[in-house]
Amino acid sequence: MEKKTKKVRQIDCKLITATVKKLFIKANTILGDDVVQALRSALASEESATGKQVLEKMIENANIACREKMPICQDTGLAVVFIEVGQDAHIVGGDLRTAIEEGVRLAYAEGFLRKSVCDPFTRKNTEDNTPAIIHIDIVEGNRLKIIAMPKGGGSENMSAAQMLVPAAGSEGIKKFVVEKVAHAGANPCPPVIIGVGIGGSLEEACILAKKALLRPVGEKNKRDERLAQMEKELYKSINDLGIGPGGLGGRISALAVNVEMMPCHIASLPVAVNIQCHVARHKELTI
Amino acid sequence: MGIPRKIHTPLTNEVIVSLHAGDMVLLNGEVYTARDVAHRRLYEALIKGETLPIDLSKAVIFYAAPAPTPPGKVIGSIGPTTSYRMDFFTPKLIENGLKGMIGKGNRSEEVVQAIKKHGAVYFGAIGGIAALTAQCVKKVELIAYEDLGPEAIRKLTIVDFPAIVINDAEGNDLYDQAQKKWRINH
Repeated sequence: MEKKTKKVRQIDCKLITATVKKLFIKANTILGDDVVQALRSALASEESATGKQVLEKMIENANIACREKMPICQDTGLAVVFIEVGQDAHIVGGDLRTAIEEGVRLAYAEGFLRKSVCDPFTRKNTEDNTPAIIHIDIVEGNRLKIIAMPKGGGSENMSAAQMLVPAAGSEGIKKFVVEKVAHAGANPCPPVIIGVGIGGSLEEACILAKKALLRPVGEKNKRDERLAQMEKELYKSINDLGIGPGGLGGRISALAVNVEMMPCHIASLPVAVNIQCHVARHKELTI
Repeated sequence: MGIPRKIHTPLTNEVIVSLHAGDMVLLNGEVYTARDVAHRRLYEALIKGETLPIDLSKAVIFYAAPAPTPPGKVIGSIGPTTSYRMDFFTPKLIENGLKGMIGKGNRSEEVVQAIKKHGAVYFGAIGGIAALTAQCVKKVELIAYEDLGPEAIRKLTIVDFPAIVINDAEGNDLYDQAQKKWRINH
């Protein structure tokens, strides 16, 4: 049977810019329901009195931010953008990257979001939070899926990748992840969400780890039972570290551990751990 | 734990020695924002013997850079950044009179020792609750390094800003103590 031909659809850059702008403002001011729910569950199960107070403040802060239309966190992040471009979508009225950058620029200016991007050497601020970090995938269809993910520097700084030897196996991976979270302690604003990327190459493991952070909090890996099991084990080991909310000690150090995997070279076992603070922000829209 | 104690800046030596790791406090008075680049500049000014834009001996430094101020607000969202990045510069600042710091996360051994030797205190604030903490800021004044944008030094007047003593002048470390207490060893 002949494959159904898809109708080529035009998508205007103006719409891309407007969507990116809207998503970054929304992501920075409205915490996802899944995260708020995870914080509420954490509050119910936390045994430390200080930990409970910290979690209460986090929930109260999310309410204030939403009501006042203020950023949940002053670190409104690097603008990470995941784009899935349908191969039958025809982008018109400009080029995709410029349209995305313009959306970021407008969001950070008009949304009163902090500009946190600078030259690595001079540390001079670029003053409009660009360049954005843009990951583009070509997929089936004629639509465009845009995911806006403001990523804070504090938790990103505690993230890491390592090329393990194949002999290290899943035990080696778990040891690496737990060590990184233990070392991070109070720094990345716990309770954290941990994205783990296994396999691929150095860069692919890092991208997998970041994509793992996009999964709704509380949802386990549905594709591979081995990974769902690893998530469960890591979640327990990390919460046993005692870091607690705000790093002030307690039962809840992580809200979730999400693991993704792909095949790798016969010589390698790449692993990346991307740490996300409790202000886990991402919003998406398909246009 | 218990009822938080109200503390006023500038911090006196009497107040500093009375603070212990784990004490909940509500900070009141003036504090100065300064983080990465501002620290480098303060440090370099000290090395060169130049006059600093702030009087360190009366200062409490808040490792923070706020979001822009929306219309009708005193300040945009503001909260602590991770403190360890300032560790290289901090002992020099403490030697030159700095008494208090507000941030989040662990300090280096050098900073902990400087806090102990010179009688200072490191307060932890909760990260990621910046819309809430912005409500404690009643006044903002730009002091120095305007070119750094959000990273400029600003004088904030704060009222009942919630914090917790992490490192006290006796050398105690709350993060270390609290996390050990809750750790489950395998």
